[in-house]
Amino acid sequence: MRLLPSGDRALLVELDDLDEVLGYYTALTADPPADVVDVVPAARTVLVTTSGSLDVLSRALRAVTPIAGAQTSGDLIEIPVVYDGEDLSDVAQLLGCSAAEVVERHTGDEWTVAFCGFAPGFGYLTSAGSWDIPRRESPRTKVPTGAVALAGEFSGVYPRESPGGWQLIGRTSVRIFDSSREPAALFHPGRRVRFVDAGRG
Amino acid sequence: MSSLTVLEPGPLATIQDRGRAGQAALGVPASGACDRASYSLANRLVGNPDGAAAIEVTYGGLVVHADTDLVVAITGAPCAGVPLNAPTTLHAGQVLRLGAPASGLRTYVAVRGGIDVPAVLGSRSTDLLSGLGPAPLVANQTLPVGSSVEPMPGVDLAPVAHPAEGNVVLRVTPGPRRDWFTDAGWASLVAQTYHVSSNSNRVGVRLDGEPLERARTGELASEGMARGAIQIPPSGTPVIFLADHPVTGGYPVIAYVASPDLDACAQVRPGQPVRLLSS
Repeated sequence: MRLLPSGDRALLVELDDLDEVLGYYTALTADPPADVVDVVPAARTVLVTTSGSLDVLSRALRAVTPIAGAQTSGDLIEIPVVYDGEDLSDVAQLLGCSAAEVVERHTGDEWTVAFCGFAPGFGYLTSAGSWDIPRRESPRTKVPTGAVALAGEFSGVYPRESPGGWQLIGRTSVRIFDSSREPAALFHPGRRVRFVDAGRG
Repeated sequence: MSSLTVLEPGPLATIQDRGRAGQAALGVPASGACDRASYSLANRLVGNPDGAAAIEVTYGGLVVHADTDLVVAITGAPCAGVPLNAPTTLHAGQVLRLGAPASGLRTYVAVRGGIDVPAVLGSRSTDLLSGLGPAPLVANQTLPVGSSVEPMPGVDLAPVAHPAEGNVVLRVTPGPRRDWFTDAGWASLVAQTYHVSSNSNRVGVRLDGEPLERARTGELASEGMARGAIQIPPSGTPVIFLADHPVTGGYPVIAYVASPDLDACAQVRPGQPVRLLSS
């Protein structure tokens, strides 16, 4: 673990990998130090902002031990998906399998929300499966709300219409983010997700 | 119920409060007033509780009609034609017309009782990046005024300095990815005079200048960033993150602006010279 400077209100904790990030985030948020404002996990780091002293924060952050197995301990939510995405056959080709097998793998894996970003409620989901999907060469200017997509090692669901470069494999009618709902975001770091084949819609 | 009606919004006017801090882990930006000291002062001058929603006016131009008797205070960039840094009564039917500011960029108009639009995720702030909160103000829009107030503060005029004209100096400290740049790159960051780009907005202040030399190539995995982060995209010129910045970014952060200087950073105008001072 390395603590990196991030101004006079935050520290950046750099960790070895995504598993350790999630374990560190889970441990830190289970018992947050005083004055912490935000804890932002990402691929290799956790940013922690404070309204108090950086020295106090630094000591507290060094004392955190990442929880092992945090990937598999959050609560589970099922997301029904109609697998008719425009890029499904491209993804199948990239993986050297059939479209049906892509669906089988996507629904067979258990996914975990590793972190959020890009847009409110957009979760970066990882699984034990070996996904390594390049982004589209030219991003779409409009990806519809609810599009289920893949990029790199991640899967995600677009919480609202936006531009995007991920490969679209399906869509869900579940509202991933709704600012008038409590909680607004269905995907929060540590939550486990299982995608369910909802047939042809 | 008290209200005011927007006759003209000017280039950009939004509703702002203290924002949505605490929800960054869900991808929700903090947003909120860009110049927080001026915003808070405006609320204090009209006896509003801390956190009441006010109007953030960008480069003047806002024209509002008082539908009922109102007490207002105007702070931040000093717009022509209006009283500044003092509580002022607007009688029903009176029109408040903000001219162009003599210096600075953002002016705050607080109304006693607060702008009472619905809160989204705990805040009435307009977030231009994520689209959360009320849309920017438009002509003929009526804004309800709330009734939650504290006693008037008993001051006629707050003695505050106007935002600086000419060269602005912002203190900076090394950020988490300082080592992605050569010593010459760092030296260039803190020695050159930048100029504020016209592409600046509530998300960030973009600076035009000489590109910085990098010590390493490759891509950074996206990581969390706080207000005041100085991100260096492939162009090599800085972007300083302001209120509506995304919660994560994918370009290396070479430095951070000291938090006491962030309000001044929110007041720099396109073309204005800026120096970053190593502190």
